[in-house]
Amino acid sequence: MIAYLIRRILYAIPILIGVNLFTFALFFVVNTPDDMARMQLGIKRVTPDAIEKWKQQHGYDKPLMLNRAASGTGKITDTIFWQKSAGMFVLEFGFSDDGRSISREIATRMGPSLAIALPTFMIGLVVYVSFALMMTLFRATVLDLAGVTLCVLLMSISGLFYIIGGQFLVSKLWHLVPISGYAGGADSIRFVVLPIIIGLVGGVGSSSRWYRTIFLDEIGKDYVRTARAKGLSELRVLFRHVLKNAMIPILTGVVVVIPLLFLGSLLTESFFGIPGLGSYTIDAINAQDFSVVRAMVFLGSLLYIVGLILTDISYTMVDPRVRLS
Amino acid sequence: MSFMPDILWSDKLIFLLLASLSASAWYVRRHEHLLLPWRRVAHSATAMVSLMVLSLFLLIGLLDSLHYRAALPEKNNGETVYSPDVLSVFDKLVTPLRTHTEKTYSAPLAVTLYAKESTTDAQGNVVRDYPRLQYGGAHLADEASRDGDIAQRSLIGAAVGLIAGLLIVFATKRWLQSRNWPKRPMFVAVLIITILIGAIANLASGYHVLGTDKVGQDVLYQSLKSIRTGLVIGTVTTLVTLPLALFLGIAAGYLRGWVDDVIQYVYTVLSSIPSVLLIAAAVLMMQVTIDTHPEWFDTTASRADLRLVFLCLILGVTSWTGLCRLLRGETLKLREMEYIQAAQSFGVSTLRILTRHIVPNVMHIILIALVMDFSALVLAEAVLSYVGVGVDPSMISFGTMINSARLEMGREPIVWWALAAAFTFMLVLVLAANLFADAVRDAFDPRLNRSE
Repeated sequence: MIAYLIRRILYAIPILIGVNLFTFALFFVVNTPDDMARMQLGIKRVTPDAIEKWKQQHGYDKPLMLNRAASGTGKITDTIFWQKSAGMFVLEFGFSDDGRSISREIATRMGPSLAIALPTFMIGLVVYVSFALMMTLFRATVLDLAGVTLCVLLMSISGLFYIIGGQFLVSKLWHLVPISGYAGGADSIRFVVLPIIIGLVGGVGSSSRWYRTIFLDEIGKDYVRTARAKGLSELRVLFRHVLKNAMIPILTGVVVVIPLLFLGSLLTESFFGIPGLGSYTIDAINAQDFSVVRAMVFLGSLLYIVGLILTDISYTMVDPRVRLS
Repeated sequence: MSFMPDILWSDKLIFLLLASLSASAWYVRRHEHLLLPWRRVAHSATAMVSLMVLSLFLLIGLLDSLHYRAALPEKNNGETVYSPDVLSVFDKLVTPLRTHTEKTYSAPLAVTLYAKESTTDAQGNVVRDYPRLQYGGAHLADEASRDGDIAQRSLIGAAVGLIAGLLIVFATKRWLQSRNWPKRPMFVAVLIITILIGAIANLASGYHVLGTDKVGQDVLYQSLKSIRTGLVIGTVTTLVTLPLALFLGIAAGYLRGWVDDVIQYVYTVLSSIPSVLLIAAAVLMMQVTIDTHPEWFDTTASRADLRLVFLCLILGVTSWTGLCRLLRGETLKLREMEYIQAAQSFGVSTLRILTRHIVPNVMHIILIALVMDFSALVLAEAVLSYVGVGVDPSMISFGTMINSARLEMGREPIVWWALAAAFTFMLVLVLAANLFADAVRDAFDPRLNRSE
């Protein structure tokens, strides 16, 4: 198990280098730093001096990948690629265009993101799985059909509708919670309730339908017939046997997103004015702050890989037959 | 010539897709074993009704993809000068909708503007009142007769629609006789669609059925124009995903070894980047390129169109990995089958094994994945446009409609109609696509046990 984990972690390094090379190529090879400087300073009336100054301020005045002028390891380290990427592997993300430390921003913004994403995820999991189990219990009846129809309908509605509609109804018409904003401590509940509920409603369609398919796949298997033949009640069969055996496909989809919860939700956070990582990313996209976007891309892929490893570990916990080697 | 065809990039791609779709349909029709699952799809009433709705949307999208530039009346040294406005055949068909713009917001079917304005009446007094619209209900002598007129118009329109629908039903009845299709639901759907179209068309000749937006443009026109954008995003993207996923997935699964390692590495890297971030980063970069090269585009439409095509390309590059993984897994399974081993021992070349034996056996996976992706892509467009990394702001799409209407929710009384229209059209399109995709999956997935 330990050897397996070490191998997986070592395997993550080339992938992260690949992610870095890919985003680097995307950002700096397609467009030269000069183009970016011009973009930041405004297309018209930029003097070459201004461009040089901007590049120097933001550390883009070096060669891209290989510095022929430098000597020794400087050939590689004294380049934009090295300067901008090497730090990421020790979680040093450098500074954003307005001069703030990105690592610090990430640390402070993680809290609000989690305050929304974690409850949405946990309550969501329970609600979706129970709803799916209920549909499975009443399978091939009118209730099941109604449930599936509701799921298809809910998943055909744009996520933007839930947010805009929910904000309008709950905050504007009924004045139950503030429309947007955030406060620390116990006060935050007033601000996070609506985003959580909207997140739950938005996800119920696709998730419950997916879990229902998994349960239905299981319910046709022989061990279910054996359990019924033993005289177990349908409820017991569902909870004791089907749910347990459906754990592997469920975990495959679920565990991998747990680390990504840190990144928050782009849409929800920016609509509700939550100062989390999602809105940070959106602001960076709108302000065309490339350092922040690259940092978030790196963080995202790092967390995704952590999620994959966690998924493998969780398999061993629910299924004793799985051995990691 | 009074006009010059102006074929945009996305038009070419759309018609390329249409051509390949027709070619595959023709091929499938000639092969009974390929036709069989489609017969199962045709048995399902929901699938056929959804297909009809989708076809209607597709027709609007296709008409909206035939672009041209009209000639201007004045000539330059005897040479015809063409207008910089790129129009489509669909624009031409609905010219009244496009040109009848009001001053600003007006509610659906309203005869007055949304806000009061100061006007000077005949006696020279300044009056604050809701001014009448320039086009909406302009034929009415007084505002009080509006309701009666609306009822009359919609009834006449519905009646004409009903007659047209009945004509269609009777015309196709003989042709459908030999087919085992769910005729009654289909006929009912035809009637509902034609009645709706008739009523709305007749109303639209005198009113703004769904109101007008901030600059006074008809919301119905915008909603109809958005259909093409959604369809382009949902379909052209597959032109990118399909070759990448098919070629790489099968190569990785069949050849294994270092090819498999390299391909797996590439798709792990790509799929480990959160897709919204990847799309955002790529679109930002594209934005810089487009802004630094204004000389590439002769019209604003061609710039917006190239951005749309790029967006499809980017969406394709970010979304092929899932399908590639599925295809790789399936190929790994297939390559151990006896018939593949037989072909190998006969000395059949690798390329021939891949094209003759592997590809036909993974087709169902591809088909299911593509129809399932369509609705997700249409929904994604709206979200991306909101984030600011979607289509060009000058291009009418569900996302840009929602984005501009969202800011007006704070007004009193609220301006709800643009949002409602965009969400309703999107819901109908996505719901139809989802229901059709479900039927296709049920018919093609060999894992589902069927009782027929």
